[in-house]
Parts: sequence; structure tokens; C-alpha cells
Amino acid sequence: MNILALHELKKYFATQKAVDNISFNISEGSIFGLLGPNGAGKTTLLRMITGIFYPDSGEIIFNGKKFDPLNDTINIGYMPEERGLYKKMKIGEQVLYLARLKGMSKSDAMSQIKKWFVKLEMESWWDKKVEDLSKGMSQKLQFVTTVIHQPRLIILDEPFSGLDPVNANLIKDEIFNLAKNGSTIIFSTHRMEQVEEICDHIVLVNKGKKILDGTISNVKQEFKENIYRVGAAISPELLTKEMFEVVKHQPDQLLLKLNNQHTSNEVLQYLLQQGVSIQSFNEVLPSLNDIFLKLVEDNSATRKFQPVN
Amino acid sequence: MNKIKLIISREYLTRVKKKSFLLTTLLVPLVMVGFYAAIIAISLKGSDEKQQIAVIDESKIFDKEIHSTDKSISFLIIKNETEQSFIKKYKQQGFQALLAIAPANQSDTSSSSKIKFVLHSESSASLTTMNAIENIINNTLRTKELIANGIDPVAFDNIEKQIRLENIIDTKDGSKKSIAGISYAVSFACGILIYMMMIFYGTQVMRGVTEEKTNRIAEVVVSSVKPFQLMMGKIIGIGAVGLTQFAIWLVLLFMMQIAIPFIFPDLMQQANNAAINNQENAVMIADIMQGISSLPLTKIILSFLFYFLGGYLTYASLFAAVGSVVSEDQQEAQQLVFPILMPIILGFVIMTKAINDPNSSLAVFGSIFPLTSPIVMMGRITYDFPVWQLALSMILLVGCFLFFTWITGKIYRIGILMYGKKPSWKEMIKWAFAK
Repeated sequence: MNILALHELKKYFATQKAVDNISFNISEGSIFGLLGPNGAGKTTLLRMITGIFYPDSGEIIFNGKKFDPLNDTINIGYMPEERGLYKKMKIGEQVLYLARLKGMSKSDAMSQIKKWFVKLEMESWWDKKVEDLSKGMSQKLQFVTTVIHQPRLIILDEPFSGLDPVNANLIKDEIFNLAKNGSTIIFSTHRMEQVEEICDHIVLVNKGKKILDGTISNVKQEFKENIYRVGAAISPELLTKEMFEVVKHQPDQLLLKLNNQHTSNEVLQYLLQQGVSIQSFNEVLPSLNDIFLKLVEDNSATRKFQPVN
Repeated sequence: MNKIKLIISREYLTRVKKKSFLLTTLLVPLVMVGFYAAIIAISLKGSDEKQQIAVIDESKIFDKEIHSTDKSISFLIIKNETEQSFIKKYKQQGFQALLAIAPANQSDTSSSSKIKFVLHSESSASLTTMNAIENIINNTLRTKELIANGIDPVAFDNIEKQIRLENIIDTKDGSKKSIAGISYAVSFACGILIYMMMIFYGTQVMRGVTEEKTNRIAEVVVSSVKPFQLMMGKIIGIGAVGLTQFAIWLVLLFMMQIAIPFIFPDLMQQANNAAINNQENAVMIADIMQGISSLPLTKIILSFLFYFLGGYLTYASLFAAVGSVVSEDQQEAQQLVFPILMPIILGFVIMTKAINDPNSSLAVFGSIFPLTSPIVMMGRITYDFPVWQLALSMILLVGCFLFFTWITGKIYRIGILMYGKKPSWKEMIKWAFAK
């Protein structure tokens, strides 16, 4: 079942089309990656999903019903890219305040806060102020404020920036836990290695338009270039090039790009016939990073201002 | 609705719990009382410096001595010296100045208009000293001439006694004695208080909004509540802080009235004695008490509350809008705040005029025009004026508040999530009237 469905969303600002006709679905319990270069319209899109902005046209279906920002915010947790907390407020009071703003009762909020503070080893922070925290610590705090009300949809905009590997892993584990317990997570980033590791499903936006939509393995299949890695010590000059071309040669391995009409089995057979001793043979799928660069660089990475007609 | 309450209580509690709140609440009245006490003390107290002035009376209009009515000035008539000869010596002999009275050149010595008075001093003499000397000489000469013309100076003083005009206000409830000074003071105090509060708490709203914006907490909060709720919560919360401050001041004032006789029993005793001894003081105190009781106190307090809230709410939304469009740069804020401060200052200026002439057309306009009415109306409040003016002024103020909140809410909604370049006036107006 889809927890969130966007239909032809549009949001134009004075100088640019921030979100231009984007539609996609997110199924419940998945970890969804929203990717795109800077200025692609990700934040605007997320702000519409969180009810901060109203779309100019199109509709958002949340949990099977038309999205109602007033009543649905209790089910959404949003961690914006630019972190924000009241610097002078005590940490405990702050989390309590933000939880109650989401609509939690005081006692529920308190028990959840206690639970999370114990889990992330933050018990000693209660009476401290945010200005006393390091960047990584306030990041953890921000994460807690985002998930404290057990939202069904959690939106994380660059959640790992500023975290050291230990804390990043801690948060990553919590994200997996939340997904396991049924929460859906939208994960917005331009760090592709994290996306490959965490996300099930991705959408890539650029210049306000959706340019890619699918599961990670599907996307990789779609963008694969028939390249195989052959683990063998062989000099490429000895091979005929009618089935493939050699993309890269290293002393102990070759990268071959197969011509369209030939299969991997045929190539393998040919290599065996040539008496090559093969240690390994596997397909090389493009990394998300490659796909991202390929798609985005095609249309000049930085976004130019364009008139809205 | 529940959420806006949460925001109000956070805005309220974080401010009231601060030590600085208690400190300013207690210190501001002390500083103000101290300030006015100092002004009064300074103006009442003359110079403590005793001035001895040598007099060379070549016209011989003073025989032996000049009787000084001013304690700080005394005269000594120097004989056997001339103006020219004594100019070089008066300083050495301990005189601050030398008053030379030149002889009359005509036969008629009794006419003072033909006598030339010159005051020699090392540096230019102060205006008070000049006035004091002029008064003393004039009085002495007048008494002299009265006697010379066969008029008893005491009898003359009695004839000359100035009248004292008393004003009695006749209302349905009876007649009351009015004291112009009291209404003036109360009006002025109310006006200046609203003026200061509007600027003080308005700026607090602006700073709070800018803080939320630059801390980026605004985006987190507006994903839970509507931007308008956040703005109104802040405005109402800070307004409540202002009302709390007033309440504390009122309680303090009340407690002081009760407590002072207990803490300083002697003080009251002394005051009573002084009042009994000094008939004039007693009359004055009684006059002040009567003057206060003649004021329409309920009307003043209720209108004060109404105009404080109305004025604060109207301007606070403007301040909030400014706070939402500026970023870290405080200078930007100052540029944008200036147009908001202008009508407040204008209101203050009109208020000072309105106190003197409460029914002038300027005062009537100022007290109805919603941007100046909270201050100007306070200047007129102790005087009587048609009810329709009060009603119109209140309706316009409420209307203005609603209109501004509606407009600024829209600017706020966009401004609080915009970073980077400060928007131009044109852009802001576009936001304000966007659908």
C-alpha cells in the first residue's frame, strides 16, 4: 500500500519552476531516496509534503486520503537540512515542547523522550542548553525531535551531515529499526553511497522534474552498459574484438564492454576456448554515483534561472 | 488552538523565567522614579555656591545695604572706591562679581530708569545670577519708590496679590475640583508608557522572529503548526509578558502605599507635621488628592489597557514581518524598522500637543488615526471629548490590527523560510497581497 502518492505536483516561484509536474508513489515501510543536485527542487518538494508549502496544482494523497496539513502533521516527522533548535532552551524542555507541538500529550511525550534519551545515551543532557552541544550532538538531538512522536512518515534531509562514523552508524541503525517497525522513511541526500546502502526505492529530480524513478536494482539494470570484469592475467592484444571491446586493462583484470548481440555466456565460452585461466567473471553494474553524474551532467549541473511563462 | 496555547506559554515562560525580566521589572520603576527625583531635585535646588557681590554705588540710590532675598547671593557696598579703581581689586578681595551703579547724568536721581547698572565678572555671569540680581534690585527700588511716594509697601503687595483660578467639573455625579496639572501628568505618563511599551515589546517580537529564522527552528516548527499560529503565539506571548509587567508594577505601587508607613513611621509623622506647620503644603497635597479623585479613573485604566493592547498588536505584527524578512544582518533590520518607528514617534509628538490642546483638530485626527491613536488618545483621555471619537478610534484601531495581521501574516509565512537576499519592498507588497 502507498503511504504517499504525489500527482502532478507543481510549485512555481517568481524566478523558477521549483517543482514542475512531479508524480511518484512511496509504499509503506520502505526507505525512499529523494535525490537530486543542489537546487533541483528537493526541499520545495519536501516542504509541500510536510505542509509548509501548498502546491500550486496537483495533489498529495497521504495514507489513502487527500493530505490535510493540519491533522496529518502528527504522522509526519521532518528533519530539515538546516538544523534548527532554540539555542537558549534546555534540551529536555525543548524536545518536550516540539513533541507537544506535534500533538502529543505531556505524559506520552515524557515517556518517549526518556526512552530515546536512554537509547542514544543522552540522559545527562536534560538540563543542558543546545548552545552547549557540539554539532554532532545537536544532530542526534534533532533526530530525536524528529521521531519522538512515532510518525508514520519520517522525512530526513541530509541526516548524516556533521556526524562522525560512530554516530552516523548509530542513526543509520535507528533508521533501519524505524523502517522495520513500519515507519516509512524519505531520505533526501546527494551522498550516493549512503543511498545505495540504505534505500529501497529512489527518485531523482533535476530542474524541478523527475528524471528517474525505481528500485535501486531496477535502476542499475536500466543503466547498465554490459560491462563485465574478467579476473585473469591476459594481454588484450591476443583477443579478437568482435564480441566486445576492452574498456580497461590492468595486470590481473580486464573490463570488457559486450557488443549488443552477444551474451556473457558466449564471451565466457570464447575466453575459455582461448585457454585463458579465469579467476572471476562478473557483471559490473553502474554505481548510483555514475548514474547521477551521467543524468545530471547532461543538463549542466547548476540550475539556471528560467522565466515562468 | 491547543498548539497556539503551547507556543504562547513557551514564549511567555521563557521570558518571564529569565532573571533579566525580574530585574528590569523592578529596576525600571526605580530608575524612572530616581530620574524624575533627580530632575526635580536639581531644578529645585539653586546653586550651592555663595556669591558675594561688591557694589560700587556712585549714584547713591542705596544708602547702607541691599537686602538680599536670595540666600546664595549677598551684596556688600564698597565705599571710597570708584568703578574703575575697584575693577582690578574685587577678585582679590573675594568677590565673585562687581555691580557698578553709574550715577545719573541728569538732575532727577530718583528715577531708576536713568541709572546704569553694570555687572563686572571674570567670566560671563549665568542667567540665574543675572535674573536674581535684577529681581533683588528691582524689588528694593520699588519698595524705595513706594515709600517715597507715600504708599505702604505691605498694602501695595496685598492689592497686587494675584488671583488663583479654580476649575470645577460638573457631571451627573456632582461637582469635582479639577487640577490641570494632575490631568496633564496622568495623560503624559500614560502616553509615554504606551509609547515605550510599544517600541520595547515590538522590538522583542522582531528579535524573537529573527532568532527563530536564523536558528532555523522556524522550519521545524512550521512543519507542526501554521506559520500564522507561530506568529500570533509569539505576539500574544510577548504581549502577556508586558501585561504581567504592568500587573507587577501596580501591585508594587499598591504595596508601597501600604508598606511605607510601616517601614518608615517617622517619615509619615514628619510629613504630617510639615503639612500642619506649612499650610500651603497641606493645601497642595489636598489639591492633588482631589485632583486624582476628579479623574475618570476607570475610563483611564480601561482605555489604557485597550490602547496598549490595540497599539501593541497592530505594531507587533509589523515588527514580526520585518523580523521575518531579515537574516543575520542587524543593519537590514534597522533600515526596515525605521518606517515603523516613524508613526510611533509622530504619535508621541502629537500627544505632547494634544495634552495642551485636547480638542484641537490635530489632536482629534491623531487620536482617531489608528497608527497614532494608541499614544495620542492617552494624551486626551483625562479630558472630556465626544464619545463618538472614542468609539471611532477604537473601531479603526481594531480594524487596522486585523488588516495588518492579515497582511503581515502572509509576508511572515514566506519571509521566515527565505534565506539570502533581503526582499525588496516591491516583493514584500507582492507577498502581502498574493492569494
